[in-house]
Amino acid sequence: MTTETLLYLEDVSVSFDGFKALNNLNLDVGSNEMRAVIGPNGAGKTTMMDVITGKTRPDEGRVSFRDHALTSMDEVAIANIGIGRKFQKPTVFESHSVWDNLELAMTANRSTFASLYWKLTADQRDNIQSTLERINLVPSSQNLAGSLSHGQKQWLEIGMLLMQQPELLLVDEPVAGMTDAETEKTAALLRDIAKGSAVVVVEHDMDFIRALDVRVTVLHEGSVLAEGSLDSVQNNQRVIEVYLGR
Amino acid sequence: MSAQSFMPLLGRAGFIFLALLTVVGIGVPTLNLFTTPGSLLHVPDYVVTLGGKYLCYALLALSVDLVWGYCGILSLGHGAFFALGGYAMGMYMMRQIGARGVYGNAELPDFMVFLNWKTLPWYWHGFEYFPFAILLVVLAPGVLAFVFGWFAFRSRVTGVYLSIITQAMTYALLLAFFRNDMGFGGNNGLTDFKDILGFPVQAAGTRAALFLLSALALGTCFIAARVIVNSKFGKIIIGIRDAESRTRFLGYRVEHFKLFIFVISAIMAGVAGALYVPQVGIINPSEFAPSNSIEAVIWAAFGGRGTLWGAALGAIVINAVKSYLTGALPNAWLFVLGGLAIVVTIYMPKGLAGLFAGWKTFPTMPKQAIDLGEAAE
Ligand SMILES: Nc1ncnc2c1ncn2[C@@H]1O[C@H](COP(=O)(O)OP(=O)(O)OP(=O)(O)O)[C@@H](O)[C@H]1O
Ligand SMILES: [Mg+2]
Repeated sequence: MTTETLLYLEDVSVSFDGFKALNNLNLDVGSNEMRAVIGPNGAGKTTMMDVITGKTRPDEGRVSFRDHALTSMDEVAIANIGIGRKFQKPTVFESHSVWDNLELAMTANRSTFASLYWKLTADQRDNIQSTLERINLVPSSQNLAGSLSHGQKQWLEIGMLLMQQPELLLVDEPVAGMTDAETEKTAALLRDIAKGSAVVVVEHDMDFIRALDVRVTVLHEGSVLAEGSLDSVQNNQRVIEVYLGR
Repeated sequence: MSAQSFMPLLGRAGFIFLALLTVVGIGVPTLNLFTTPGSLLHVPDYVVTLGGKYLCYALLALSVDLVWGYCGILSLGHGAFFALGGYAMGMYMMRQIGARGVYGNAELPDFMVFLNWKTLPWYWHGFEYFPFAILLVVLAPGVLAFVFGWFAFRSRVTGVYLSIITQAMTYALLLAFFRNDMGFGGNNGLTDFKDILGFPVQAAGTRAALFLLSALALGTCFIAARVIVNSKFGKIIIGIRDAESRTRFLGYRVEHFKLFIFVISAIMAGVAGALYVPQVGIINPSEFAPSNSIEAVIWAAFGGRGTLWGAALGAIVINAVKSYLTGALPNAWLFVLGGLAIVVTIYMPKGLAGLFAGWKTFPTMPKQAIDLGEAAE
């Protein structure tokens, strides 16, 4: 299913005090493609997302999204052209209700003054309601996000991504801390989301990756070690060495 | 607006606060002016002046709470905005003195004559007009907050670093206003006021009116602040307080939101200062002292950060205790204040407001109680 390229990273390098977190990384993701990214701790997976979302500036290399050069944009501009992100550590607005979290994430005029006069329309209400259903949080709608379980927070954050309606979702370790049943639901949810947008998922849980059933990129020491189906990368000699050699 | 639509806007506690404020705001001046001294119901003049002062402090605390409690910006420089509003009002009242000063110079305030100045500096022009002075009450703190916030928030200065530079800001102004050649009366500041809008500042009627106006300003700013924090804007700044980077990755220009609320808050502090000066009869550079700004933060923390009415109440309670102690035990006050700051931080993270039932209707605080910095990135 090769479609046109949506996200393109070319020879991207990032170093922290001389340590190369990303080392000539190349990656491209097609529109409507779902991609799984795996790799040992410290491989640079999160750093890669930081670079794409404008949190970290690469020392070298190009990052483009459609015809935007992301390296010259900041986080806000990047978010507003359609890139949404779920953090490795679930990050929701703990002192807001689940509903308010979704409302804040919903696509709308982001200006200061617009937010002062903001009123929800009936359509937007329905939109929030249907997202609540998708992420299984209908009964918790009015609860504070801070009172949710770890897994529910992960879902809420995915729900917030949905409200943003991004073209590209970057999802960092969505099933960390989830039970097997929750993990399965999350995989189904992400597959469902991938029907409408491109998704890059970082995860360590191999059962989850298998359930996603998508192309896998293996990162190691800041660059791509292997790419292909999960079976092919799992049988790749270098990948086995990297994972066993630790 | 009907009472029904008022309740969710204000919250139960906020409604009670506003009701009490109305009773006090009308009751105190009435009982002062229309009862005979010595009668049981009479409110003495000094209580009116003292109470008016507390109301101004309450407004200052409310303005601090608006940025700190809701947006996580711990400003330790709000005293500067308060003082600027006060100076703008003071300049108006200086010009009203006219030829009644010691030197009888109709054009120049006494301190300028004393310095042998021949003409009024350009920045004193216009202050003979009340509306102009009111404009400056709003503009002086507003513009300073805008310029300061523009640079600080764009450069993403947060947490303790931001607090330190707000201290530096007010300290720099303290030093500047101390200088005689700045033209603001130097060390002595502005004083010996005669009247405001033609009413003698010392007169009981004027005092009562100023008290009423202070209550009105506090009530109006409280409602305005509640409207702001109840809107989506308010939810966004609470989001910034709790998870700034999350807000940014959702596509909100965090620095714009911070700037807006910071400027609004500074203006409220300026209005408080402008009402304060005619009631205390003097404004001098000591109002810029860094410790004043820190005290205002303690009021807000003591009363209950993130409730608005709690901050206002905190200011009133602490200052009432202060007035009592400085009379009864003059040396104890600083120890009491310091002790209070520690006790509140450790044992009463929700402040006085936390002691009252019904605080649950307000946005709850992040778990880490009173943190100096931002929530983790
Ligand atoms: N801001 C930073 N300053 C210094 N070093 C950093 C910074 N961010 C990341 N690193 C380092 O860069 C390397 C890559 O980190 P990164 O978080 O991208 O790994 P990861 O693949 O996401 O790992 P994990 O699976 O543990 O989440 C690590 O060695 C990390 O310590
Ligand atoms: Mg990571």
